[in-house]
Amino acid sequence: MYRLTTRTRAGTATAIAVLVLVIAGMALPAFASRGVIQDLFFILTMLTLAQIWNLLAGYGGLVSVGQQAFVGIGAYAMFAGVILLGWNPVWAIPLGGLAALLLAIPTAYFAFRLQGAYFAIGTWVIAEVTRLLVAQWKTLGGGTGTSLPREATSNILGTDLIRALFSVREAAARDILAYWLALVLVVAVTGGIYWLLRSRLGLALSAVRDNVEAARSVGVDAGRIKWAVFLIAAAATGLTGALIFMQTARISPDAAFAVTDWTAYVIFIVVIGGIGTIEGPILGVLVFFVLRSALADYGSWYLMTLGLIAIAVMLFAPKGLWGLISARSGLHLFPVRRKLVGLKIEGGI
Amino acid sequence: MIWLDTLVQGILLGGLYALFAAGLSLVFGIMRLVNLAHGDLIVFAAYLVLMGVTLLGLSPWIAALVAMPLMFGLGWLLQTVVLNRVLGKDILPPLLVTFGLSVALQNGLLEAFSADSRRIPAGSLEGASLDLGLVTVGVMPLLTFASAIVVIVALNGLFYHTALGRAFRATSDDAVTAGLMGIEPKRIFAMATGIAMVVVTIAALYLGMRSNFDPSIGPARLIYAFEAVIIGGLGSLWGTLAGGVIIGVAQTFGAAVNPEWQILAGHIAFLVVMLLKPRGLFPRAVD
Amino acid sequence: MLLQTHGLTANYGQFRALFGVDIAVAAGECVAIIGANGAGKSTLMRAITGVIRNEPAMVLHRGEPIGALSSAEVMKRGIAMVPEGRRLFPSLSVEENLLIGGQVRKAPGPWNLEAIYELFPILRERRRNPGTALSGGQQQMVAIGRALMSNPELLLCDEISLGLAPVVIRDIYAALPKIRAGGAAIVVVEQDIGKALAVADRVYCMMEGRVTLTAKAADVSRQQIHTAYFGEAA
Repeated sequence: MYRLTTRTRAGTATAIAVLVLVIAGMALPAFASRGVIQDLFFILTMLTLAQIWNLLAGYGGLVSVGQQAFVGIGAYAMFAGVILLGWNPVWAIPLGGLAALLLAIPTAYFAFRLQGAYFAIGTWVIAEVTRLLVAQWKTLGGGTGTSLPREATSNILGTDLIRALFSVREAAARDILAYWLALVLVVAVTGGIYWLLRSRLGLALSAVRDNVEAARSVGVDAGRIKWAVFLIAAAATGLTGALIFMQTARISPDAAFAVTDWTAYVIFIVVIGGIGTIEGPILGVLVFFVLRSALADYGSWYLMTLGLIAIAVMLFAPKGLWGLISARSGLHLFPVRRKLVGLKIEGGI
Repeated sequence: MIWLDTLVQGILLGGLYALFAAGLSLVFGIMRLVNLAHGDLIVFAAYLVLMGVTLLGLSPWIAALVAMPLMFGLGWLLQTVVLNRVLGKDILPPLLVTFGLSVALQNGLLEAFSADSRRIPAGSLEGASLDLGLVTVGVMPLLTFASAIVVIVALNGLFYHTALGRAFRATSDDAVTAGLMGIEPKRIFAMATGIAMVVVTIAALYLGMRSNFDPSIGPARLIYAFEAVIIGGLGSLWGTLAGGVIIGVAQTFGAAVNPEWQILAGHIAFLVVMLLKPRGLFPRAVD
Repeated sequence: MLLQTHGLTANYGQFRALFGVDIAVAAGECVAIIGANGAGKSTLMRAITGVIRNEPAMVLHRGEPIGALSSAEVMKRGIAMVPEGRRLFPSLSVEENLLIGGQVRKAPGPWNLEAIYELFPILRERRRNPGTALSGGQQQMVAIGRALMSNPELLLCDEISLGLAPVVIRDIYAALPKIRAGGAAIVVVEQDIGKALAVADRVYCMMEGRVTLTAKAADVSRQQIHTAYFGEAA
């Protein structure tokens, strides 16, 4: 019998390693300093955003330069939930995902009218419009922004337990909670994307990316798939944005809708690591963090270097660092390619 | 009368946006490449002109004339060394490369010139105005608009009445067959980007003389340029001027109602046109 | 030899389309390359003109290796092509389509705008029209005229009769002797054996990426061609 499978030995090893890593990660706050936890929070949230953008651009062919719209609207919705509705910040995070999902509907409606490269700038315009509109929202601080009220930050769900568990101060407890949530989110998002790519939708997605006409001719509805991917990505980005700004507890339109932080960095992570693979963003975020730490004292030289590295990677290794590694070793930690297993096929193809 | 005044200011502002957009439109028309660093290249050219004025003591006009061949060379090199290598069926590599260039340029400028606002001194032209009876218009905005028209006439002339323009159109239609005519598409692309950078220098001159600039303002200029191109319809330079005028008028009217709404009004005008006419007002090109 | 291929191979990805093709064209000669659909004739043309690049020594022009040159460089050496499907530039008028053919390489010779209009008078009437607004036959005339504008030493004509009515084909083939009289060698790639043999001095027949017959057009028998064309005895 023939059977289609995506299973490889490396894939199974990865599954075990991921499980061990997640358990270790959960236990880490017991040993690690607050600084380490904050760094890890940064890495995990950037990785989440990178995986999502990779889904859009690397797998869906949707090169969005406007993801900051969803980070920002998610963060602002979370703040609105806390400040205007009096919700606990943790419960307000899903509100961020919902707001981003709602924003994604008109965004997709406009941006999908634009083809290829113009889609990219179209998403950017919409992010700008959203930023300018949010800056008009005076109850949330207008153009200067606002902070989460003291009584909300001191009562975040679960922080009492964390304080008791690790005997840390309130601010550190908030960091640990945010870190745990980020860990859950990154596993959920990466796992979700992995599952998506292995599902029928994933097959359809790669068919659409490779050739829209051909995909349509075998009954794949390209339009609907693009909509689905775009909305899913927006909602997940909104959740991430809400979580990021729950941790900082301070928001402004310029910070929440920053194209550099939420799109440029993310694109560089994906490009350097390797676009169109799940391993790429993971490798990319590590490289990004190391570079950031090493060049932290050099201000704008750092960003300039990052831009130039991205150009060099696109020129000389368009599949990124992971592409180089997997080409040499044939390694696929997250196998999504289907293989025919069973009897040998006689005569070749 | 205040509304007429606002309208005229808006139309003239549209000339500046058309200048931003003309180079973008040219490059897209010939090689289907969207240069995300276009706005940053305008800012870069503005610093180049500024250096000519402050370091060499040239007048802004002469400084721009000196900057033009330099920018042409830069565009030619950029296309030859970088962009030609990533052009292809997949739009992702050129987009990501120009995005990387945008970030690198912005931060390079920041390091070289700091975040301080600068301005190209325009001497007596600054603040000079003409009384046209019904309205009074600034000489500088008027010059900008006139330059936009000259640039568009010149580009159209180049495109439709010269051998180079013929090669541009042929390469844009079918690069493989153009090769059979002895035309090297990559060389044509390099010429096109070089010419776009000359237009960018003209845009930069007016950008720098009319208002303050700093290294961070490039992306916003890219967006205005992009909106003007899309509103006008891809491939039509006169359409691009019309698009620039629409953005300009929307912005001045927005600002007249509430200064905070200036930029927003321009973007909203763009979105409205997109809703009503998805292919722009004067579509020419198929894609 | 004006043009020679030497063990020319060509691949489309994994798929090999040419297996060591040797042909030769002398100055002023007219050579026909015939073969069924998919025999590799058009691929051969694409490989000669640099649309597909090869090892340098696989294609020789006057003894110099040109196999790795770009199509623009090949064209500048005086090898012009009338591509399959005509491929006129839609943004250019008829006259501009002609002009662009002689824009980069303009060797001295009999061909210029006036001479092309004399060869195909209908084009003079249509010179302001967009190239793609013409009938198929007229478009083919533009494509031939465009290639002639550079006064090439060698004119490659890829399937110039494809999709055209017999009376139109006759007009177009009537132009070939005049082109030869102007001094250019001609290679016609054809599926129509009769047409090809009528104009050619020599004929190559191709099948499945290989040359299966090389002969003088005057001497070749129906039987030989049939075997070379279809790969079996009739």
